[in-house]
Amino acid sequence: MKYVNHEEVAAKTKTRLTKNTILKGVFAAATSFGLIVLAILLYRIVTQGSEYLSFDFFTSFASRIPENSGIKAAIQGSIYLMLVVAPVSMFLGVGTAIYLEEYAKKNKFTNFIKVNISNLAGVPSVVFGLLGLTIFVRFFDLGISILAAGLTMSLLILPIIIVASQEAIRAVPNELREASFAMGATRWQTILRVVLPASIPGILTGSILALSRAIGETAPLVVIGIPTILMFTPDSIMSTFTALPMQIFDWTKRPQVTFHDVAAAGIIVLMGLLIIMNSIAVFIRNKYQKRY
Amino acid sequence: MAMNEPQISVQELIAKKSNRGLLAFTEKLIPKILLLIATVSVLTTIGIVFTLIFETVTFFTEVNVFSFLTGTEWYPFANSTPTYGILPLVVGTLKITAIATIVAVPIGIATAIFLSEYASDRVRRFIKPILEVLAGVPTIVYGFFALTFVTPILRSIFPEIAIFNAISPGIVVGIMIIPMIASLSEDAMSSVPNAMRDGAYALGATKLEVAIKIVLPAALSGIVASTVLAISRAIGETMIVAVAAGSTPGFDWDVTGSIQTMTAYIVQVTTGDAGYGTTIYYSIYAVGFTLFLFTLAMNMLAQFISKRFREEY
Repeated sequence: MKYVNHEEVAAKTKTRLTKNTILKGVFAAATSFGLIVLAILLYRIVTQGSEYLSFDFFTSFASRIPENSGIKAAIQGSIYLMLVVAPVSMFLGVGTAIYLEEYAKKNKFTNFIKVNISNLAGVPSVVFGLLGLTIFVRFFDLGISILAAGLTMSLLILPIIIVASQEAIRAVPNELREASFAMGATRWQTILRVVLPASIPGILTGSILALSRAIGETAPLVVIGIPTILMFTPDSIMSTFTALPMQIFDWTKRPQVTFHDVAAAGIIVLMGLLIIMNSIAVFIRNKYQKRY
Repeated sequence: MAMNEPQISVQELIAKKSNRGLLAFTEKLIPKILLLIATVSVLTTIGIVFTLIFETVTFFTEVNVFSFLTGTEWYPFANSTPTYGILPLVVGTLKITAIATIVAVPIGIATAIFLSEYASDRVRRFIKPILEVLAGVPTIVYGFFALTFVTPILRSIFPEIAIFNAISPGIVVGIMIIPMIASLSEDAMSSVPNAMRDGAYALGATKLEVAIKIVLPAALSGIVASTVLAISRAIGETMIVAVAAGSTPGFDWDVTGSIQTMTAYIVQVTTGDAGYGTTIYYSIYAVGFTLFLFTLAMNMLAQFISKRFREEY
């Protein structure tokens, strides 16, 4: 008696295995699509922009002549912007995370804050621009200043920093807190001297990634009305300024094709900044993150 | 130990220390300060909603709500009779979103399947960070890429495509959201327990059958939620469309010509000189409010799906 037709099974298995191999190839190709696009993007921008990338590019202001154009005002503006965004967003983000993880009781209000944060993360950046324009530029009359743009940008990246800090604080084991309480420390002393030091690598990693997002954001700055061509560098947080992505946006929009090469040079600088910041974040994560 | 110190007991020391007013005061004050900080995110949301509603209401004192919602002509810059019908902007946004979805969903999910089911640990650890770089590329860089690279390639294949069109930025927005779909879907698939895979393997299933018939259905809610979230990102994406899609709002389904999206309109007005207090100035809030409602609905849908249909193992 023969229960299994071995030939039939072998034939069917073969087609199933072939299917598996082919589809594996398709999935691998789909995965490499993203990597190939990234490679093309970087290659294109480097080859297009490298000839304009010189020392003068960093020390010249914008110009009507592509060869003389530079990013002096833009790069200083971006740095000043980060000097506002970093402390404001980290203070608000880490403070919120500490409250939610260490103090908040499980009630409707806490839940409301949490839902609100995840919804805020999904609001388009251009809408944050409208908020900044109305509240900071007009209502508080801060003008088109570094402070107004910095506050807008801080609110934009706030959800990212809160979530990253929450995860870092949650990763601190309870034994550490209990040990601290057992020594007679109060809750705030425990947070300040035990929880925060233990979670700082995670908080920093998340914050640097959020800041690198803020450095590349263009839409809110456009909506606030940040100018693109400035012949001076900012001298206080109330100054008008321009930023690197704004400068790139301006060059991209120009009809003369040579300005596209200048834009590519600007993009090399911007991407360089981002890669440096991401490397620092990865370095902190690998070097200091303890596993308990 | 100095022997001539006045003798006090430990209990007295503790009592003395905890009675210090400042310490107790700080302990009570800190949570209140932190609560205040935590409400900033709520205040931001209130600020956004209040701003949008307030200015939109002003806009509707000048423009009829009904003609705004149903109008098929958007010519705010017309000198004689400007018309404000939002539908062309909505259609433009939907065109970009549809193209981006067609590009990103198959590639994103295929990437997720490859990373979670086929790739070795080493390959995964190598590829995931590179995909994250793709997600971190500023959108203005993607806009530049769409205008100076993708559009010329498309035009050399299909000469009838205009310099500013919907296809090129649509594809690039799709590329931008691939990492989001891939990474979130991969998380969902990785959380499917190995026991389920092993069960299928024991019955003689191939890797493909395990991936398609076991893992994919089990992780479906996570995959759908990630897709909805990514589509919401595509709706709100600004710089790619502002650079590469042009500024001609049209009420049709042509994707080869110049279009305008809701976000690109806001950028167009704010880079021009629409004076404060003009109807055009208020129109960006009405458009922004519409955009906000679209993305809010999508985000809430994603949250609902991942909560309601999540499978716990």
